[in-house]
Amino acid sequence: MVRDPHGRPPIISINGVSKSFPGGVQALADISIEVAEGEFFALLGPSGCGKTTLLRILAGFETPSKGDVFIDGRNMSRVAPNHRPVNMVFQSYAVFPHMTVAENVAYGLKVGGGDRSGIPARVEEALELVRLAGYGDRSPQQLSGGQTQRVALARALVKKPRVLLLDEPLSALDAKLREAMQLELVRLQETVGITFVIVTHDQNEALSMADRIAVIEQGRLLQVASPLELYEYPTSRFVADFIGKMNLFEGTNLGCAGGVLSVNVNGLGRMDIPCEDNIEGDVGLAVRPEKMLLYDHRPDDRLAYEAIVDKIAYQGSETRVFLSTGDGINFEVSVRNASRRAAAESASGSVWVAWHPADTLILRD
Amino acid sequence: MESWRRNPLTFWVFALPPSLWLAVFFLAPLALVWMMSFGEKVGLIDIVISWRPDNYLRAMDPLYLQIFLKSFWFAGLTTAVCLVMGFLVAVAITFAPPRRRPLLLLLVMLPFWTNLLIRTYALIAVFRTKGLVNFGLEQMWEWSQSVLQGVGLGDLGLLGPEFEPLQLLYNNFAVVAGLVYVHLPFMVLPLYAALDRMDRSFIEASLDLGAGHIRTFFSVVIPLAMPGIVSGIIITFVPALGSFLTPDLLGGTDSQMIANVIERQFKSANDWPFGAALSFILMYVTFIAIALRSLWAGRARRGSAA
Repeated sequence: MVRDPHGRPPIISINGVSKSFPGGVQALADISIEVAEGEFFALLGPSGCGKTTLLRILAGFETPSKGDVFIDGRNMSRVAPNHRPVNMVFQSYAVFPHMTVAENVAYGLKVGGGDRSGIPARVEEALELVRLAGYGDRSPQQLSGGQTQRVALARALVKKPRVLLLDEPLSALDAKLREAMQLELVRLQETVGITFVIVTHDQNEALSMADRIAVIEQGRLLQVASPLELYEYPTSRFVADFIGKMNLFEGTNLGCAGGVLSVNVNGLGRMDIPCEDNIEGDVGLAVRPEKMLLYDHRPDDRLAYEAIVDKIAYQGSETRVFLSTGDGINFEVSVRNASRRAAAESASGSVWVAWHPADTLILRD
Repeated sequence: MESWRRNPLTFWVFALPPSLWLAVFFLAPLALVWMMSFGEKVGLIDIVISWRPDNYLRAMDPLYLQIFLKSFWFAGLTTAVCLVMGFLVAVAITFAPPRRRPLLLLLVMLPFWTNLLIRTYALIAVFRTKGLVNFGLEQMWEWSQSVLQGVGLGDLGLLGPEFEPLQLLYNNFAVVAGLVYVHLPFMVLPLYAALDRMDRSFIEASLDLGAGHIRTFFSVVIPLAMPGIVSGIIITFVPALGSFLTPDLLGGTDSQMIANVIERQFKSANDWPFGAALSFILMYVTFIAIALRSLWAGRARRGSAA
């Protein structure tokens, strides 16, 4: 699963970790993940899915009920948070309000003991890294949300951890700043070369930043894949629906022959989809809205269904068109507004919704 | 608050009754006592307000200064013991399971439900020569003696010829112990409020950055709990300084506090003007302490905003 060109062992190895809280709440069920050195790894899922619990297990604030966590080849079961080679950026940032910016960044260096002469230089270097040079003497109360977060980043990075853990680091920022910080985090990660593990409920954040994403739902690990793989080839209905938008159809499997799977889709009839291996049991079919096109006549080289336009939502770069067939099947089609003229023309009445059979996903879970 | 200004009628309807109450039952008697402190006794019951500072000058007598100092020492020691014990209790409640916390807080406040006089007499029952503490110690003495007897060392008299009860009552120890007992809840509650408000991720961040628990306690928990610590110190120190009942019942002849002297002036000595002057000196000192604290807090705020 881990693609490390140098064949090194994974920096993080989570082996069959489960976590139950008192009161019988199962937060995590048998999670196994390996993270390669230098990877930007995202834990993605809806709120309450257990992703933060998993991050806290890596930091040492929670202990797994079952399973082991190895970081840098060492079993972390009996290692306290203050002795782990990881540092964390908290969702609330937790920048100490009674210390200056520089004191905050120096805190982790001072508790280590040993030679203190190099500390001011390292603090200044860390502040430069997060573009806060010259802010050392300020109090955290004088900083904006984005600046406070940079302090939290500098404070964690100055310790040169093997792994940096980030708990929903961007959720408290406004939309524009969040986008800028996404790029900033990727730049930082490339500069320092430290493995980043980020927890987020925002799929766009995960897709645009991470090398690989683990999707967690109700404590179960559903899929670990690159952003492209996750978006284009989700393996379960939950992942397909959670990441981006998706048209989902349920159907009866009519069998697989000669690389073609035939499915009797409720309300749409028989669909022939190219498939690689034999699939048994009922399946779900899924098509992304942007893979669908609208025609005023029936195209003959693709799957096509006649439908009535119900609603149109113009969203600037694209227009979302909601359609339904007489049999109560709904489509959502995303039309890219490649020109001003295209944006002004909106579909109406009866049209054909069509897509390539190869763009149809087969979902078994 | 803006809306109060736009609607003065509503404001006065709500503000007038309590203002009148305070004026009649708080400010007026206080003013009377203040005037009295500048008066002198004429005959047995008559007091003439002469507006001379004689009573204040008399209070500067070493005899009274010593009692003031002793009161500060007792109140300060009480506050220090309460701070250490109260912090431990407050930390324990803060980190107790959420369902247990209301019960634990109730236990802290439970003594308030009983009259102070009765609680103080109960302390006498604990501390007296044949009280609970000495009874327990005597049992332990006899038990140890019988163990020594059993191993053949009983005749050496290692523990003394017989059990000697500890003198726990009618001395300075009894006064400070009683004051700590009475004032501990005043310390626990503001400390608990401060710790409960504190974001746990500050503690986690400190651990995450490599600090141990002790370092985290002194570098992060205590500084962040400072507002609660200062409030706790003030609302423990001020009433402890003016304590009357505890030194009266538990103290010996040399454990008088200033409130006992004041009480004597108003009752047995029948010197109200001098008693009034002593009361006001106590009040001025308290005011100065609180003023210094706000000054310090204001500077700290400006310092962090600068």
